Amino acid sequence: MSKAVSALNGATVTGFARVTDTGCRGMITLRGAPEVLTRVATAIGLPTPDTLHMATKEGLAVGWMSPDELLVLCPYEDAPALAETARGAAGKDHALVAVVSDARAVIRVEGEKADEVLRKLTPANLDAFEPGMIRRTRLAQAAGAFWKPDANGFEVMCFRSEAEYVFGLLENAAQKGAELGL
Amino acid sequence: MSHRLDGKGRLIDRSKQLRFTFNGKSMTGYEGDTLASALLGAGQSVMGRSFKYHRPRGVVAAGVEEPNALMNLGRGGRFEPNQRATTTPLFDGLTATSQNHWPSLDFDVGAVNDMAARFLPAGFYYKTFMFPRFAWKHVFEPFIRKSAGLGQSPTEPDADRYEHAYHHTDVLVIGGGVAGLTAARAAGAGGAKVMVLEQTAHWGGRAPVDGGEIDGTDPETWVNSAVEGLENAQNVTLRPNCMGAGVYDHGYVLGYERVAETTPGDGRPRHRLWRIRAKQIVTATGAIERPLSFPGNDVPGVMLASAVRDYVVNWGVAPGKRTVIVTNNDDAYLTALALKAAKLEVPAIIDVRPTLMGPLAEKARKAGIRLMSGKALVGVKGKKGVTAVMVSDLEGKASPEAIDCDCVAMSGGWSPVVHLWSHCGGKLTWDDHEAIFKPDPTRPPLGADGQAFVATAGNASGAMGLAEALADGHEVGRQAAKAAGGTLTRKAAPKAAETERQPIKQVWIMPTSAGPDKRMKMWLDYQNDVKGSDVQLAAQEGYQSVEHAKRYTTLGMATDQGKLSNINGLAVLSDALGQPIPQTGTTTFRPPYTPISMGAIAGEARGPLFQPIRRTPMHALHETAGAVWEPVGHWRRPFCFARTGESDHEAVNREIVNTRENVGMLDASTLGKILVTGPDAGKFLDMLYTNMMSTLPVGKCRYGLMCSENGFLSDDGVVARIDEQTWLCHTTTGGADRIHGHMEDWLQCEWWDWKVYTANLTEQYAQVAVAGPKARKVLEALGGMDVSKEAMPFMTWHDGTLADIPARVFRISFTGELSYEIAVPANRGAELWEKVREAGAEHGIQPYGTEAMHIMRAEKGFIMIGDETDGTVIPQDLGLHWAISKKKEDYLGKRAQERSFMASPDRWQLVGLQTLDGSVIPDGAYAVGEGRNANGQRNTIGRVTSTYYSPTIRKGIAMGLIHEGPQRMGEVVDFATLDGTGTVIKAKIVDTCFYDKEGAKADV
Repeated sequence: MSKAVSALNGATVTGFARVTDTGCRGMITLRGAPEVLTRVATAIGLPTPDTLHMATKEGLAVGWMSPDELLVLCPYEDAPALAETARGAAGKDHALVAVVSDARAVIRVEGEKADEVLRKLTPANLDAFEPGMIRRTRLAQAAGAFWKPDANGFEVMCFRSEAEYVFGLLENAAQKGAELGL
Repeated sequence: MSHRLDGKGRLIDRSKQLRFTFNGKSMTGYEGDTLASALLGAGQSVMGRSFKYHRPRGVVAAGVEEPNALMNLGRGGRFEPNQRATTTPLFDGLTATSQNHWPSLDFDVGAVNDMAARFLPAGFYYKTFMFPRFAWKHVFEPFIRKSAGLGQSPTEPDADRYEHAYHHTDVLVIGGGVAGLTAARAAGAGGAKVMVLEQTAHWGGRAPVDGGEIDGTDPETWVNSAVEGLENAQNVTLRPNCMGAGVYDHGYVLGYERVAETTPGDGRPRHRLWRIRAKQIVTATGAIERPLSFPGNDVPGVMLASAVRDYVVNWGVAPGKRTVIVTNNDDAYLTALALKAAKLEVPAIIDVRPTLMGPLAEKARKAGIRLMSGKALVGVKGKKGVTAVMVSDLEGKASPEAIDCDCVAMSGGWSPVVHLWSHCGGKLTWDDHEAIFKPDPTRPPLGADGQAFVATAGNASGAMGLAEALADGHEVGRQAAKAAGGTLTRKAAPKAAETERQPIKQVWIMPTSAGPDKRMKMWLDYQNDVKGSDVQLAAQEGYQSVEHAKRYTTLGMATDQGKLSNINGLAVLSDALGQPIPQTGTTTFRPPYTPISMGAIAGEARGPLFQPIRRTPMHALHETAGAVWEPVGHWRRPFCFARTGESDHEAVNREIVNTRENVGMLDASTLGKILVTGPDAGKFLDMLYTNMMSTLPVGKCRYGLMCSENGFLSDDGVVARIDEQTWLCHTTTGGADRIHGHMEDWLQCEWWDWKVYTANLTEQYAQVAVAGPKARKVLEALGGMDVSKEAMPFMTWHDGTLADIPARVFRISFTGELSYEIAVPANRGAELWEKVREAGAEHGIQPYGTEAMHIMRAEKGFIMIGDETDGTVIPQDLGLHWAISKKKEDYLGKRAQERSFMASPDRWQLVGLQTLDGSVIPDGAYAVGEGRNANGQRNTIGRVTSTYYSPTIRKGIAMGLIHEGPQRMGEVVDFATLDGTGTVIKAKIVDTCFYDKEGAKADV
């Protein structure tokens, strides 16, 4: 039985939006040529996402990271087995498959004005952002990424070591009364 | 005397009285007041002392251009200096004090400077304080610092919070006056996404005060309906209280929003810095009225004509009871008429123009005002307030007539606010008819596509009339929408009309024949106390460039950046140089438009959010254990684990002795871990490292060095061969991101056809080093893997399950002891740490920190990147020839290392150093040799790179780079101490390895 503990260990705060640690998440970095990535994604059961997009199905997702990199999101326990599937699908072709579940933290920002929390921290254009997209960016001084799993919230990903900093940023930005009023 | 008028003031709410204090004195104002209007309303017209001469000064303007009424606001953690009273909204409980006075505003000792003004001309500091040289630091500077300066520095941390916000828009309109609103409407109608910034709390700019007619109604009614329309438009965002502070390349604009200035302590951010990306920027920033330069134009009560009518109309405050108007254009007549309408006296309008025939002059005549044409104001009576003015002919030859008054409203014409147009290189052109520098639309700021990305609208374009301004705003808004991807709206521009104006007459000083005595009393730059005589002197002394003259005289260098003084100053300079104004040109306009708070710039980056602090999975455990922290890059690592009553030094020594005698554990999670895989990975690593990595067998580890292409040692670490195509490269803690970037740089830019992928897995693993003679026993107690010498010899690794945690165990040693490094998934790092501690308890395990690690490696003679290297050191300097492959054709740095200087035997070489008296050589000490250099300093023959007290051999040990060091084994060299006494510490050159040279202890 895994006793894995996420960096933020379930922390949550509520301001004008709710900021919550989503716990341990399975993640696999895939690098390869487009056709190899497509084959691997298919083996996992998902289509290759378009640029800046994410393909999702029942707890699984594949996000676009760069022209030669995808990120698989899955339940934490499933990552090692899924990585084996990916390695199998890549076969002898040149590819990199690495489990990175523990290298990251995923924080949910939820609420009607969840976007305003992010608008204070990322230079990415939130007005051009829709569900089904994923954006690698920075959050103040930390590298990060975010996506919109549903209409009511965002998931923000950052490095594990910077989880407290990013959670602090989100908490600070979500303080009541500091809505942007756009 | 200034006073509040009954029943007037479009911006104030008389039902809401607010209390505030000025220099400790309790006063009242109304909601909607600025601090300046409230002070004037309370009869306080002297608001500060000037910078250089400490002359009493009153408010001159009503907006951002104010040079005089600068205040210290708030107290303690909310103290802020240099705040303009004219843009500070009044709130209940506001505290303000005037600046630059001692002991009091009424009586100021520094005013003696004023009497000595003749001896304090431009460039005085440069000329006087240069010699003798020592005197500047010890005599002049302390004295000047004490007597000069505007506001005081805050002494406490800022009590408020601040934030940033990012925004993306098609069209950004800066300025919410009628031209800006018109531009926004036109851009919005063209389908563009529009944002409008307005620096004040009110829309419409000057139009509601200045009058006229827009679309058949008065400007205020029109503004209200225009704003309502924009508020209802889905594609338009209005942002009052938000100043466009700067325009930068790529359509980047900073907006400075004052969110909660009037409600300190309500928890909201005080200021918000908007970081905006706009496809098109429209600057509808209006115009600023210019003062006139006449003797005594800085006496409190002398104000801009537009400001006088603003105070009357907007805040129901009369700056004086009897106001004399002095002007060179028609605009000041509006002030005369506004004062008359408020039943205030206007004894005369002094107009430099010879004939006054226009409709505004007619209106003034009808209102019973005496018009004095072709006249100049040649003197002002009064010190802390105007008592009378002296009027003569334009040249000042006729004997002057005195007119009693307590206020002077002056107008020298209007200057378009071209700052934001100019920030990114928009050029200006001189319009001699209007006497203005205005934007030249044929030379706009250009974006990355070579197209204009800033346009001006309204007065800012030089369209000075209401009708022209609105037509301009509409057209600019239409075109901005089109340029940003929208369409050209077919809606028509608003129709406007106003009273016809007569042309301005350019008079830059009055009287025009003023000699030095009069010019010495003509203030050009109020805030920096620069006078007409100073600019003239600069010209005489050869300062022809306006930029040089500015710096010599300090004209326009104060916190207002010359908003009032700029054009007047360069007109006076042009006159002194005998050249037309456009030939003199302007100084450079730089952001921010007005000062913005440091807090807004910092945003959330303060306190715990100042910088990201990187924490390992065991961080909380270390904290509980009382770790003394050390920053390593953004990481925090335990320096040592001091026990109660133990000094850090004692703790470090204990940790080392325990590790050497029993067993220690170290959080090594921060070490960089980069996965390199692919058919060409071996070839790639052979290029990156100085030694061979392609030949490393699977399951084995090898220490390697990485150099830059210039040959300098850049990073080091142990590489593990994972499978046929895969290597795991350990880097230094600080090197992980840098080396990953270095790898990607070479792969993407140089060797793009090599089949190699990398991934930075540093954070995927928590890593614990278990080191010491009893290390194996601890791992055996953890259980699950065979860690015997036979199963896992030195410099090998194995995957397995240790203490029920999936783990990769490396047999590597940085301490010289029997040592394992255990890597587990980071989410189980804390669990592993606890389990190691429990399993090691019976073997006396103790955690050790980075300092113990550093000392133990130094005892072994292992180098440390950043200690033994500093960007100028090559591996050969460090005696690391064994780690440099002779067989390889090439590696990064090889060519550079073969160059004559790099191969020179004169390069300082690494050796061990043992002090004769057992003391510790100071860090950074130099080894001194015979003789002295050209500067009379002792010649150096080497330097210390690492120096510690070694608890293992109980002596000071060090490593250092010494000239011909390895050939001088056993010799004694002198290290200069750093205390300036000239004494030396004697140290013997020895081998770099002080402990277990055979390596027997690690290989058991």
